[in-house]
Amino acid sequence: MTMATAHERRPRGPKPRRLTAGRIGIYAFVAVSCLFFLMPLYVMVVTSFKTLDEIRMSQIFALPSHFSVEPWVTAWSSACTGASCDGLKVGFTNSVLITAPSVVLSILAGALLGYSLSLWRTKGSNVLFGLLLAGAFLPYQIFIYPLVRIYAYVSLYGTLFNIITVHVIFGLPVMTLLFRNYFSSVPIELFKAARVDGAGFWRIFTSIMLPLSTPMIIVAVILQVTGVWNDFLLGTVFAGQANWPMTVQLNNIVNTTEGTRAYNVDMAATILTAAVPLLVYFVSGRWFVRGIAAGAVKG
Amino acid sequence: MARRQKRSWGATLTIVPFWVLVLGAYVGTMVWTVLISLTSSKMLPNTQFVGLAQYTRLFATERWNIAVHNIAIFGVLMMILCLVIGFLLAAMVDSKIRAEDTVRTIILYPQAISFIVTGLVWQWMMNPTVGIEKAMHDFGWMGFSFDWLVTPDKAIYALVLAGVWQGSGLIMALMLAGLRGIDQEIWKAARVDGIPTWRVYVSIALPMMRPTIVTAVVLMSLSVIKAYDLVVALTSGGPGLSTDVPAKFIMDFFFNRSNIGLATAACTVMLIFVLVVFTPWFYFEYFREKNGSR
Repeated sequence: MTMATAHERRPRGPKPRRLTAGRIGIYAFVAVSCLFFLMPLYVMVVTSFKTLDEIRMSQIFALPSHFSVEPWVTAWSSACTGASCDGLKVGFTNSVLITAPSVVLSILAGALLGYSLSLWRTKGSNVLFGLLLAGAFLPYQIFIYPLVRIYAYVSLYGTLFNIITVHVIFGLPVMTLLFRNYFSSVPIELFKAARVDGAGFWRIFTSIMLPLSTPMIIVAVILQVTGVWNDFLLGTVFAGQANWPMTVQLNNIVNTTEGTRAYNVDMAATILTAAVPLLVYFVSGRWFVRGIAAGAVKG
Repeated sequence: MARRQKRSWGATLTIVPFWVLVLGAYVGTMVWTVLISLTSSKMLPNTQFVGLAQYTRLFATERWNIAVHNIAIFGVLMMILCLVIGFLLAAMVDSKIRAEDTVRTIILYPQAISFIVTGLVWQWMMNPTVGIEKAMHDFGWMGFSFDWLVTPDKAIYALVLAGVWQGSGLIMALMLAGLRGIDQEIWKAARVDGIPTWRVYVSIALPMMRPTIVTAVVLMSLSVIKAYDLVVALTSGGPGLSTDVPAKFIMDFFFNRSNIGLATAACTVMLIFVLVVFTPWFYFEYFREKNGSR
């Protein structure tokens, strides 16, 4: 809504006068801030193409004298991540295996619960929602240890199942909130008409509400893909060494190597880890902003 | 009545597993954590009740006090800087600049990446022997010094810098939405009265954006309390304990030092703090409107 009004008013205002001191000041500030935000990305990219010798000789802002893709190859396939030296590709596969089911399941669960809470209003649904939201505000540390004990008790600790279900549990509050608010805004007449026609709980969900909620599903996918992919804490605790996600492997490559640090490999590995969420960000554009706004403001 | 009963079946059957999940995974684990903190648990949880002894020990633990001190400095600096920078950026983007979308994309992209990535990049750039300090020396500015990361007194500022780099984009986005929500007539009226633009921002726009600022502060304080990934990637809490934070303290005592009792006591302190500080806000945000408008 605010975006629409912004566009409406734009042509009406007087064209800014050129080159007043204020405008120059604003553009100087724009330039400086853009440089500040872009600097780490630039340094990462430049460093990842240098040889180690060149890193020692030159400084971090210099362009590589000849581009070497070797750091990328090493980072992907042979860098040491603590126990093994198979590179980040292991972490990448793990992250995909963790992210894909976590995203699908948490969105399904959130949509279902949001639907139940907004349109069916069973007894105590406000209490359930309140508890869930409170859960979203508390640091994970408060829940982690008993969860470890529970998973260990049923011999599922440190498995793919473990980390996926944990992501679903901790993703539930925000997902539920998104869908609850969305379904609350659907005209109630639609719901009543379906009820009169004899559609039940599941039929209304699968045939009407789920197809209606495509925009919310897109926002939820963006939110969860970046959220789950970027997770570190839950991954270290619950995934188990064999399933460590990319973020954990990356931190191991960089922070636990002994001897000389291969900064070029480190930076290539860092870019590789950031690639998926960055891709989501640049492709989704405004949807991403909508996603973080919805997820952050209300979650 | 029969209709009512029929109505609730599918919904009831669906909601029951969610109740089990929430009561088990959220409420149950939370209560369990608090209960462990009242026992003498060390490596494994036991049931020997010791009252508040773990809390007495916790508050006497120097490392905990350092961690709390650090998070306070980090939190205050981070919030002030993010609010100021976020507001300036929003005002800038809002002042009809060219390439607005590109600028916004650049400011917001750090929001998409992991704290681990942020931490590692800044670790590399702030490394005095190979990073920005060396670059400045190579450019001929020999007196330049940027050694925050290796100086215990300054390491916390390194954490703030990286945090601001990642976090101010979101604050900008929130502030921008807030600015665009302000009635345009006010700007026109101010222009007619000949009030300078900066004055309108400070005296009119800023006070009108109070709800936005409150939201921003709540969001930031929640992420400050949870700060863990960034610390692990950037400094691992060092040098020494100079950037240790409560979240890291808890993780270390749970999983490396096997002192469950102390870790759960720290968790409980964190829990109480969050509840005391955020419950009023939480109540107003989510439940007040219901009584009024619905």
